[in-house]
Amino acid sequence: MTSELDIFVGNTTLIDEDVYRLWLDGYSVSDAVALRVRSGILEQTGATAAVLQSDTMDHYRTFHMLERLLHAPPKLLHQLIFQIPPSRQALLIERYYAFDEAFVREVLGKKLSKGTKKDLDDISPKTGITLKSCRRQFDNFKRVFKVVEEMRGSLVDNIQQHFLLSDRLARDYAAIVFFANNRFETGKKKLQYLSFGDFAFCAELMIQNWTLGAVGEAPTDPDSQMDDMDMDLDKEFLQDLKELKVLVADKDLLDLHKSLVCTALRGKLGVFSEMEANFKNLSRGLVNVAAKLTHNKDVRDLFVDLVEKFVEPCRSDHWPLNDVRLFLNQYSASVHSLDGFRHQALWDRYMGTLRGCLLRLYHD
Amino acid sequence: MPGKLKVKIVAGRHLPVMDRASDLTDAFVEVKFGNTTFKTDVYLKSLNPQWNSEWFKFEVDDEDLQDEPLQITVLDHDTYSANDAIGKVYIDIDPLLYSEAATVISGWFPIYDTIHGIRGEINVVVKVDLFNDLNRFRQSSCGVKFFCTTSIPKCYRAVIIHGFVEELVVNEDPEYQWIDRIRTPRASNEARQRLISLMSGELQRKIGLKVLEMRGNAVVGYLQCFDLEGESGLVVRAIGTACTLDKLSSPAAFLPACNSPSKDMKEIPFNEDPNPNTHSSGPSTPLKNQTYSFSPSKSYSRQSSSSDTDLSLTPKTGMGSGSAGKEGGPFKALLRQQTQSALEQREFPFFTLTAFPPGFLVHVGGVVSARSVKLLDRIHNPDEPETRDAWWAEIRQEIKSHAKALGCHAVVGYSESTSICEEVCILSASGTAAVLNPRFLQDGTVEGCLEQRLEENLPIGCGFCHIPYDELNMPFPAHLTYCYNCRKQKVPDVLFTTIDLPTDAAVIGKGCLIQARLCRLKKKAQAEANATAISNLLPFMEYEVHTQLMNKLKLKGMNALFGLRIQITVGENMLMGLASATGVYLAALPTPGGIQIAGKTPNDGSYEQHISHMQKKINDTIAKNKELYEINPPEISEEIIGSPIPEPRQRSRLLRSQSESSDEVTELDLSHGKKDAFVLEIDDTDAMEDVHSLLTDVPPPSGFYSCNTEIMPGINNWTSEIQMFTSVRVIRLSSLNLTNQALNKNFNDLCENLLKSLYFKLRSMIPCCLCHVNFTVSLPEDELIQVTVTAVAITFDKNQALQTTKTHVEKSLQRASTDNEELLQFPLELCSDSLPSHPFPPAKAVTVEKASPMGEGNFRNRSAPPCANSTVGVVKMTPLSFIPGAKITKYLGIINMFFIRETTSLREEGGVSGFLHAFIAEVFAMVRAHVAALGGNAVVSYIMKQCVFMENPNKNQAQCLINVSGDAVVFVRESDLEVVPTQQPTANCQPLCTEGEVTT
Repeated sequence: MTSELDIFVGNTTLIDEDVYRLWLDGYSVSDAVALRVRSGILEQTGATAAVLQSDTMDHYRTFHMLERLLHAPPKLLHQLIFQIPPSRQALLIERYYAFDEAFVREVLGKKLSKGTKKDLDDISPKTGITLKSCRRQFDNFKRVFKVVEEMRGSLVDNIQQHFLLSDRLARDYAAIVFFANNRFETGKKKLQYLSFGDFAFCAELMIQNWTLGAVGEAPTDPDSQMDDMDMDLDKEFLQDLKELKVLVADKDLLDLHKSLVCTALRGKLGVFSEMEANFKNLSRGLVNVAAKLTHNKDVRDLFVDLVEKFVEPCRSDHWPLNDVRLFLNQYSASVHSLDGFRHQALWDRYMGTLRGCLLRLYHD
Repeated sequence: MPGKLKVKIVAGRHLPVMDRASDLTDAFVEVKFGNTTFKTDVYLKSLNPQWNSEWFKFEVDDEDLQDEPLQITVLDHDTYSANDAIGKVYIDIDPLLYSEAATVISGWFPIYDTIHGIRGEINVVVKVDLFNDLNRFRQSSCGVKFFCTTSIPKCYRAVIIHGFVEELVVNEDPEYQWIDRIRTPRASNEARQRLISLMSGELQRKIGLKVLEMRGNAVVGYLQCFDLEGESGLVVRAIGTACTLDKLSSPAAFLPACNSPSKDMKEIPFNEDPNPNTHSSGPSTPLKNQTYSFSPSKSYSRQSSSSDTDLSLTPKTGMGSGSAGKEGGPFKALLRQQTQSALEQREFPFFTLTAFPPGFLVHVGGVVSARSVKLLDRIHNPDEPETRDAWWAEIRQEIKSHAKALGCHAVVGYSESTSICEEVCILSASGTAAVLNPRFLQDGTVEGCLEQRLEENLPIGCGFCHIPYDELNMPFPAHLTYCYNCRKQKVPDVLFTTIDLPTDAAVIGKGCLIQARLCRLKKKAQAEANATAISNLLPFMEYEVHTQLMNKLKLKGMNALFGLRIQITVGENMLMGLASATGVYLAALPTPGGIQIAGKTPNDGSYEQHISHMQKKINDTIAKNKELYEINPPEISEEIIGSPIPEPRQRSRLLRSQSESSDEVTELDLSHGKKDAFVLEIDDTDAMEDVHSLLTDVPPPSGFYSCNTEIMPGINNWTSEIQMFTSVRVIRLSSLNLTNQALNKNFNDLCENLLKSLYFKLRSMIPCCLCHVNFTVSLPEDELIQVTVTAVAITFDKNQALQTTKTHVEKSLQRASTDNEELLQFPLELCSDSLPSHPFPPAKAVTVEKASPMGEGNFRNRSAPPCANSTVGVVKMTPLSFIPGAKITKYLGIINMFFIRETTSLREEGGVSGFLHAFIAEVFAMVRAHVAALGGNAVVSYIMKQCVFMENPNKNQAQCLINVSGDAVVFVRESDLEVVPTQQPTANCQPLCTEGEVTT
């Protein structure tokens, strides 16, 4: 006796969260059944392995049919075939678009292309995530990227509108899309200590302050062939950043800046002497990073540079986080007192964001 | 021109890409009705076209309006080649033809293609302007309402129940016409869908005409079936019960006089009485007659004439005096006379109803069934379907005579079915012989006062159990006892019926689903020889099915079956029998005896031991079941009964017959002759198997109950969460060792595993009851067995159950002293609205109402996110005639849909399971869309009548035909209705909301 056909269709589509997770994690039906057996479900319910097998198959089939709709979540809301309560729809979508930290760290900042997709074969064993799940996550990144790539307006809003994600998840995707678009390097060894959260935090600050859409300088003429507003860094701004070079190139200005900072922080900083000794190096590092951002290559290395030029020197001198904060605040603020420096607004736009990023990046 | 049909095509969405080059579609729509076709403009390059067409107007006869479906075809425009069809929508406009139903059909319909399935949706608005036509010779029957529900629909009142209507139409099956060899599968499928749609329209119209002839205005319990006879044709047949219904204008309309605060209140006296013996201490029943005279209520004058007849027919002393036979004699004779006059004009006094207005059902005799094996031949003249008509007439005649033999004049819970394999067809009919109260059967004039007295004399909760036949002239050997409830009339020891448990029946404990399953191998044969072989097997099958049912019933410690449905399926090389019913313990019937096992070789010691071991196991199971189903009947000492309780013994309520083409009618005595106790003799391995199989039926896991009737006896505190589902399984038998035993085991395992899977899948709903569990067996091929199950899972509140049992006792105590009130309320009970739907005593009703806004209400609000306008309105589906915790406010019309789906890429669609899973999901979606477009939010009495699945894995092909039906309704949550009267607008706008949601 063999089962040829075995199906269950409810007027309200049954969604088993545990099985959904197993499916999303890319387990085959037999693996999923084995995992469910191990979870003790048979003892709890008195079911047999055959029942479990049939149930798992059924759910997998349902998910497979739903997957097409999950690729365009608004379709899931409008479709008539599966009657699913809204709360469940939200859960389906949210979980489908959720990703693994380990995976996202591997592809963050990489071009979402076929080439990267081939790398998934290596990423899967490295991260312990099934290839199937890697593919789903990668395809999700790519799909979101493709949809919002050409769109105007807020990146987070666009993602939320087209994929119906929660605010948190939409922000994460905005970061992923932003990183993929600007190809920031995140895979270097010295960046390994950083989490996706760290990068997402920086991405959000950069989107808010460094892109074209950020400053309300949006072109009023909708026909103008402007770049996407939230995805790309403001080119003009990056060009202007060269002007900051004067802060380190002009010896007087640099000295004045240093004395202002030192006066203000004397006695307040545990690592004052180290700061005093390192001030010029640090300042040179931060200003040079800004000045280099005109080149795409250097934009990509932004995080590498920040860690090399600022985080690592401070860390080697064992600066406490609070001292870093006091220093950065004072370092940014003191520039306002430099009479010879004319680019105050530009400095604020740069340092405001950079300060936030550096504080986030400064940890072990 | 009595009608103008107006159609507007608004928009489409989610259309498939038809042009690979542009990834877009140039869609336009053809709207066809009868022979007239209109077209919209082509909407270029869009998957979401906005046609916003003008109103297409069709001027048509109402006859056509009834027969023809509106056919909407979506196409992709192609300049150079033929336009490609995207898909179709068939809309049955029948619901627009009666005044009380829907006024407009408007909404998104899935665009369906028989090869690709659903391909996007189309928004359509349909209206009908009907002109009054007083032509007396008209062929149409617009205005006759149809209901699938097998009880008087809620929010209607039955004025008269006229009786049986039937009709059948035949045609050639397009699949078997010569042209089918040259046309595409799509064209063939569409021809079939269209033909069946036409035929069912015609059938409905013809039935409607019959109803009008009988002066009725509605058909209740309408059941339409298709017989795919293959080469010999296509038969569409329908049966139903003609009624004259009155619309109850609003809930308030039947609330009057007695000032009861809610209708729930009124139900108590009649509804539930789990413990009838609490008030049986005194002979209070006969005294009720005296109170009757002051109950006249204007609107029910027929029953209000004063009771001046003498009451001596019923003994006032009640207990122990006289013999029940004599006492019942004249009583029954009079009743019979009355009913006879009402029924004898009717050719077939059959009723497809399974639940009845209070007082309608007087006595129940037992199950009557008839089967007949026929050889199919080509239908030569579709306009004269006489052969098929004659076949059915023959069977009905048999049913009628069986009923007569049981002393009954009517058959209730009547249904007909067929099983076809190649050229052999088994026609089956079954029902429950019954004696009815003539009050409902004719116009008020002829009725005297007799039946009022009858009603009054019928003790509540047991009257229907009393035997209708003459004790001295019994149709079969049976042992009778005095009714354990009223102790005046005789009752049988076991009762089998095809109807639902009457709401007023006194039941102890809970019920459960009982199934008998059986396979019999049969040699492959041709024509006559085959038919003969089948006819010869049938009696044995019936006998065994019956024995199994009886055994299982006893094993459960119960004494009655309701909703019994025995299905015999014929295949190439086997016959399958599947009987499903709901077992209950009726308080009025005696406690069932146990099961004794006897061995044939008493000298063997170890054998003896084995037997006693088995016996112990059986006794343990019975004890366990009694505990599980809470069956603890009160102990009754024998003196009270007044006569010794005879040994319970196996006796048949089932009168059956089968006949082959020749007219021989055999009656089979299914009783076990003179055996006193119910003894199972284990004389060979076969019998051993039987005993084993008895014990292998696993009870559902705790928290689960199941039944195949509308309501589960002993559970009444449903919450509003329901889940209707369909599950299909097909197994392939290994052809090597096919013995009857192996076959039986396979079949048994198939059904048991299926049930186990259901319990597992629905475990999150515990505590829950599977209601209306409907199994269908088919044998699509030599070695394939297909089982299809449709049921609804309903959660209930465990805590409230405890509470209610308490209130019940109180209520029943109160009841003894509140006869007057009860009588006043009786007329009100006639309105079916209060029938089985919400058996909540008021105390509990309040808590339910308080609880549900928390759950459902909030949920709805919360679930309306910013994009609420875009979500699809929820449409509930249930095979029951009611929705727990809700009130049906409007019936929008019947849903009767037929779909064919075919694939030539079976593997790519996920194999047979993927294919059928998707198809059934699509069928549900199309039903929901039609209901929503009618402005409804639920389908009740939903049934999947056919699910014919054929596969050819070698060719990577499969085909499936599904036929579903039900009643589209609007329901309002009770919480919305009653708890906060100030929120009336909310309640009222609910259907509108649904409509709005759908049309956006």
